[in-house]
Amino acid sequence: MSTPITAHSVAEPSSRSKLIASFLVVTYAVITILPLLWIFLTGFKTPPDSIAYPPKVLFEPSVEGYVNLFTTRSRQTPEFLATLPPPQTWYERLVRSRNMVIGGPSKVVPRFVNSMVIGFGSTFLAVCFGTIAAYAFSRFRVPLADDLLFFILSTRMMPPIAVAIPIYLMFRHLGLTDTKLGMILLYTAVNVSLAVWLLKGFMDEIPREYEEAAMVDGYTRLQAFFKVVLPQATTGIAATAIFCLIFAWNEYAFAVLLTSGDAQTMPPFIPFIIGEGGQDWPAVAAATTIFFIPILCFTILLRRHLLRGITFGAVRK
Amino acid sequence: MSTLAERAVARTPRRLALRFGGMSDRAIAWLFITPSVLLLLAVNIFPLLWTIQLSFTNYRANRPNAVLRYVGLDNYRDILTDPEVWQAMQATAHFVLWSIALELILGFGLALLINRGFRGHSFWTTIILLPMMLSPAVVGNFWTFLLQPQIGLFNSGIALVTGVDPSSFQMIGDVRLAPWSIIMVDTWMWTPYVMLICLAGLRSIPDYIYEAAEVDRASPLRQFWSITLPMVMPFVMLAILFRAIENFKMFDMVNLLTSGGPGSTTEVASITLKREAFEKWRTGYSSALAIILFVTVFGAANIYVKALNRVKQR
Amino acid sequence: MIQMVRALGATAIVVASCLGSQAVAQTKQLTLCWAAWDPANALVELSKDFTAKSGVQMKYEFVPWTSYADRFLNELNSKGKLCDLIIGDSQWIGGAAENGHYVKLNDFFAKEKISMDDFMPATVVGYSQWPKNTPNYWALPAMGDAIGWTYRKDWFARPEIQAEFRKKYERDLSPPQTWDELKQIAEFFQGREIDGKKVYGAYIYTERGSEGITMGVTNALYDWGFQYDDPKKPYQMEGFVNSPDAVKGLEFYKSLYKCCTAPGMSNAYMSEGLDAFKSGQVAMQMNFFAFFPGLYKDPNVGGDKIGFFVNPKQKFHFTQLGGQGISVVSYSDHKDDALAYIKWFAQPDVQKKWWALGGYSCHKAVLNDPSFPKSAPFAADFLKSMDIVKDFWAEPAYASLLLDMQKRVHDYVVADKGTAKEALDLLVKDWQKVFKDEGKI
Repeated sequence: MSTPITAHSVAEPSSRSKLIASFLVVTYAVITILPLLWIFLTGFKTPPDSIAYPPKVLFEPSVEGYVNLFTTRSRQTPEFLATLPPPQTWYERLVRSRNMVIGGPSKVVPRFVNSMVIGFGSTFLAVCFGTIAAYAFSRFRVPLADDLLFFILSTRMMPPIAVAIPIYLMFRHLGLTDTKLGMILLYTAVNVSLAVWLLKGFMDEIPREYEEAAMVDGYTRLQAFFKVVLPQATTGIAATAIFCLIFAWNEYAFAVLLTSGDAQTMPPFIPFIIGEGGQDWPAVAAATTIFFIPILCFTILLRRHLLRGITFGAVRK
Repeated sequence: MSTLAERAVARTPRRLALRFGGMSDRAIAWLFITPSVLLLLAVNIFPLLWTIQLSFTNYRANRPNAVLRYVGLDNYRDILTDPEVWQAMQATAHFVLWSIALELILGFGLALLINRGFRGHSFWTTIILLPMMLSPAVVGNFWTFLLQPQIGLFNSGIALVTGVDPSSFQMIGDVRLAPWSIIMVDTWMWTPYVMLICLAGLRSIPDYIYEAAEVDRASPLRQFWSITLPMVMPFVMLAILFRAIENFKMFDMVNLLTSGGPGSTTEVASITLKREAFEKWRTGYSSALAIILFVTVFGAANIYVKALNRVKQR
Repeated sequence: MIQMVRALGATAIVVASCLGSQAVAQTKQLTLCWAAWDPANALVELSKDFTAKSGVQMKYEFVPWTSYADRFLNELNSKGKLCDLIIGDSQWIGGAAENGHYVKLNDFFAKEKISMDDFMPATVVGYSQWPKNTPNYWALPAMGDAIGWTYRKDWFARPEIQAEFRKKYERDLSPPQTWDELKQIAEFFQGREIDGKKVYGAYIYTERGSEGITMGVTNALYDWGFQYDDPKKPYQMEGFVNSPDAVKGLEFYKSLYKCCTAPGMSNAYMSEGLDAFKSGQVAMQMNFFAFFPGLYKDPNVGGDKIGFFVNPKQKFHFTQLGGQGISVVSYSDHKDDALAYIKWFAQPDVQKKWWALGGYSCHKAVLNDPSFPKSAPFAADFLKSMDIVKDFWAEPAYASLLLDMQKRVHDYVVADKGTAKEALDLLVKDWQKVFKDEGKI
């Protein structure tokens, strides 16, 4: 997106039409961003403010949502609270002021760690496998290459729930249910198809002459691959890695069916953060915000390769 | 990176380097492809075959010790004659068609506007892109909050614009509005996707074609109909393909937003499948349903890709 | 096919065990699985005594109600080792027993001299026996529960409201005895302005995804005469599930939903009810007794402002059973420690403390204590309710039966599809199909 725009119409759009265009686009952007902004703000409301009617636009900011996200609490009577030693930290004081005591840390940190481990683990494997496979598809005449490539793509056409049925039985036989290893393997398999398709495009763009020259200089094919092709493909590999990571980071259907605790990631966890009664919306909003920040950074990093990633490399720019 | 690669090569034991280094290209090709193919065989193809096998049985995953009986095509017959399944397919079709239609109109329009290249368009484009990067499950979850009639932002926003009472309508709870609420959220999330692809299409049109049209004094509208639209068409069709596959598979967002309700109004195919497979545990039956869904997507996508290629060749 | 899986998996297991071997527990540890709600917090407090006594650390996996059955049945069916102890819902007992998810506790009870006679009969049948009414025990009754109602005592007590109600209905405004009275009161409060805020009549369950609307509608259905099957002929449902009386009960529930609930309550279960009541939105709330200690402690609507009543009657008088027993998961690696926990939990002293902390003990030492009805404002209502409880199917196929009912009832009540008679007729057909698949009819 950051590439300078060359307007294609010969007559450069008039400044008036540009003004109208910018007005419409900015309006759409503002409307589309409002829900996200609202969620971000909700993270800094108190639980009563978050469910106030009519919705509160102006409110006194509070970090209660974040405190609630990271702790478990139980409500106690004032008499019982009076018997306790005074609170030590600011967050204990905050919780105590709501007639509650902290029971312990919540599960959010382990779930976040699971998301990281499974996300990075599967991305690493998928990119490793994908890079070498893409190189092979790009440089050698592989028999049935087109069929193989289409087969790799078609694995993405199965609804995740349909895939989950046999995987569930398989994991049960292998004892992989609710393990990080199982989830890493599964996400790797799902991501490999994306990685192969994307990286094949990137590899195709690296001129063959580079390696051929290197091989004339006495490099073996493998050395040429490592020393010449890989460095050239760095950007592509990084972009692919981020796409794989985003998929693993956001995935819900497999995670909810195949994990229950030890390997649970953030997406099946966030919707079920509840407070005393119903959903603790400030805490949910806080979790959503924290969950979204890495994605936000990646989106900005990826701007130029986004198109390729979302179309399986079908559209290159 | 290059130093890293060098180190990797340097660290490769000589014997290994010789052995692999001397490998024929053919051997390297297979060596490089094998891990991916093996993984896909183990995690995609083998399970697919297993699903096909299960679809002819009465297997239930919560009764592993029950007697396994082959029931032939009974599961398929039951599914295809079940009005509930057809209803779910209808709900899915309604969702897929309308969400894609809206995304196309909005996305294409936005792409045309952005292509005018006003100041700051790059920043605003990035803003517009954000929703599609989010986890659909998390999105579905917080939209339940935004769509609450009294405390939610949406109803209050509508009230502000139109002046109706915010608690006079409910998006998720009303049978007539619920299908539109999932379409709306999907459109919010995926319009940027269509926009991005259309934008690429617009930028792929070389200047000289417009120049020639200028020379012929073609009106802007005519230029749009006879140059812009046909040239962008392959891109639009690609966007439709990807969105259709994704929305046909849709589970997470709808499941968290409406969980198929009210009644079964928004019960799309994936939700039916999940209920049969992981709540009722009718594994055999749901395997058959899974195969039917897969064949539908696969077949439709194949036909579509052929059509797409024809458009491209034109 | 399965052999192939095993062969494929052998390598994976080697890798897995390498990865997992660092995670050998240093100290003894048990994981207890339950729903995320007030009583679970009380159990955490209570279990600190167990840890102090035995040195076994307790870990918890609490899941919100709407995903509780999904998550844990999935866990059990996949033979997962996440839970050592599980407080599983009453309806799971059939499936869990027949598929070997739970450890059978008869020998353990005999050895440790734990007698089921010490527990309230309704809870023993409801939470621990399978098949029902036979001495086969799969759980220890842990948490007694049933549906009850809360109301805004402070609103009911206001003279101007009292006067207006008397003028309109020619009787005093007091907690309703029958469903008709309840509807009158709900209509009376619906849309009324109290303290400058618009309030609504009643909160009832309407949730679609798990079990919500079924747990709500049965309270009315039972009272009108709905029965699951012919008492003389098991699984004979025609004319019992869809009897004219049952149809009337279902129609009533819908009319209550249409006339007297707050907007947006089309997919609401326990937690939405708590929110609605705590935010001062509704005059009366249907919910499980389990929440009443927490509500009573609430700074805004608790104390003097809250009152409780037993599920109203109509032709009959029943209420929906809730509650759970505690079981040992047969896939656990720590079964002995888990059994030691149950042994500890069954002691009368521990049961007394359990009630004091906000859990509903099922032990007679607690419930038959003469001071019990006075020990909390809802204690007497709880005892009354536990005498009139009725539960949903506890068959191994309960999940299918439940999903069918969720669909049919939600379709009729919330989505306005068809008539009550049609909904129940379809339900009979659905259930007959399930039992036919099960080989029971």
